[in-house]
Amino acid sequence: MSEVDVRNFTLNFGPVHPSAHGVLRMILELDGELVERVDPHVGLLHRGTEKLIEYKTYLQAVPYFDRLDYVAPMNQEHAFALAVERMLELEVPRRGQLIRVLYAEIGRLLAHLMNVTTQAMDIGALTPPLWGFEQREKLMVFYERASGARMHAAYFRPGGVHQDLPQALIDDIAVFCDEFPAALKDIDTLLTGNRIFKQRNVDIGVVPLEEAWGRGFSGVMVRASGAAWDLRKSQPYDAYAEMEFDIPVGSNGDCYDRYLIRMEEMRQANEIMRQCVKKLNAPDGKGPVSSTDGKVVPPSRGEMKQSMEALIHHFKLYTEGFKVPAGEIYAAVEAPKGEFGVYLVSDGTNKPYRCHIRAPGFAHLSAMDYLCRKHMLADVTAILGSIDIVFGEVDR
Amino acid sequence: MDETVVEPIAVDPLVTLGEHVAASLGDAVLGFEVAFGDLTVTVARDSIVNVATFLRDDPKCRFISFVDVCGADYPAREFRFDVVYHFLSPHLNHRIRVKLEADDATPVPSICDVFAGANWFEREVYDLYGVLFSGHPDLRRILTDYGFDGHPLRKDFPLTGFVEVRYDEERKRVVYEPVTLAQEFRSFDYLSPWEGTDYVLPGDEKAKN
Repeated sequence: MSEVDVRNFTLNFGPVHPSAHGVLRMILELDGELVERVDPHVGLLHRGTEKLIEYKTYLQAVPYFDRLDYVAPMNQEHAFALAVERMLELEVPRRGQLIRVLYAEIGRLLAHLMNVTTQAMDIGALTPPLWGFEQREKLMVFYERASGARMHAAYFRPGGVHQDLPQALIDDIAVFCDEFPAALKDIDTLLTGNRIFKQRNVDIGVVPLEEAWGRGFSGVMVRASGAAWDLRKSQPYDAYAEMEFDIPVGSNGDCYDRYLIRMEEMRQANEIMRQCVKKLNAPDGKGPVSSTDGKVVPPSRGEMKQSMEALIHHFKLYTEGFKVPAGEIYAAVEAPKGEFGVYLVSDGTNKPYRCHIRAPGFAHLSAMDYLCRKHMLADVTAILGSIDIVFGEVDR
Repeated sequence: MDETVVEPIAVDPLVTLGEHVAASLGDAVLGFEVAFGDLTVTVARDSIVNVATFLRDDPKCRFISFVDVCGADYPAREFRFDVVYHFLSPHLNHRIRVKLEADDATPVPSICDVFAGANWFEREVYDLYGVLFSGHPDLRRILTDYGFDGHPLRKDFPLTGFVEVRYDEERKRVVYEPVTLAQEFRSFDYLSPWEGTDYVLPGDEKAKN
């Protein structure tokens, strides 16, 4: 028999594959069913966010951050708000900080519920997304009741949050916090001990800690590899310093550990939300929700009708906007997907000179080739699901 | 470092760290400053691989976590681009920013061999600014379209771009056409004319006559 010309099979995965989590195109080079090389092509959702921000005032730039990781919109706004506040040396009142922490944790639930359940769907389980999305729906209603929008909230503004929460909303969140653990337990019983789920996830996509740091991993991706690193603890911002919560840490760095950590983080997030509600209801949790500096934060509607100065401030802030002192800053938050950072360069005017967005998903996805090599083709979706990417933030 | 901390004055640990980095790397470091709680070290372009290796391996630094590489454009300068690196030391719980200047002709050494995560970030800087990286394993465009021309984050690249894309029903394919704006691009200038403008406003010439 003559020599057969053996060559690898090249497969196009995406950009419209349901488990590509958006618009990812991956060129997979396969040797049989073994993945030899992965070349992710990103940028299909590139909207030039960073360029657009350079042409907008600081306040107008806020809504772009909702559209990055649209699964947990407020966590992105948080990083931008912190960056601007640090440059302006602006203090956020305690109630504003508590509301931010509350909604950042709601965002964490939104993101983790989405990720855990759709990752399970990618590897064949259909029920978890249905159960998870029921809870997400409730959380999005909380978003809507605070900001008027289910997703693109523009709620965390430099200086605080846009509006105070009505007491009825805080009470409903408290009720949710009591009910949510049971719902989470249901999802937990579907997945954690599930034989198929474990077969598909245990020992898949293992990352040693050293490698995880060097590849720019953050958040769940380093915690699964064994580092007890969480910006909420190590570099606390807003009211996180006064919250009590634990950081789950994995030991194997595989997809299953990442799943377990996300589940535990949801329980912890629920506890943080409960503490926030308690603190918001306490007497020292009352007060203004955003900075009272009229040169940065616009006045309330009622104030404008009474005070000439407030009216002038309102006009100035919505036309010219506020100016930020020249300099540069890097502010990061522990977003659900990892360290979300904003590198902001100001030239002293009312528009950012440069606003670089450091998205955790971008670093994680760039390691796809490293993670998938020598795995089976079917593992690619399991790994892709477990690194938790959203194309809004990867492509920007 | 231990012998320098004897004086009782509280020294910002970032300043101490900056001094340590500057002293250890010698000529490679052009200067450092601490502003807004961030440590920024400016380095010579060709030494970035040494700097990154030092920051990662030095026992007093251990910036083992790669965070970010990005660019910034200052068209008035001779070397118009800044390439900005961010690293994180989980042991010290500090961040460091390393900056160097570059232009679109002389390549910057790639740090992919030191931090594997820099690969895509350097591709992004190349794509958006046109800064070249020498020794990069795979310097392709990353965020822009296949066959894209130009570097969109440069300050002289217009916000609206040069080409627009649509699906042509007759030719049954996507076509690229020069941008046509249905109305003139409106770039409002909201800076207060009473303070801070350094240009001539329309109508100013009447006041002079």
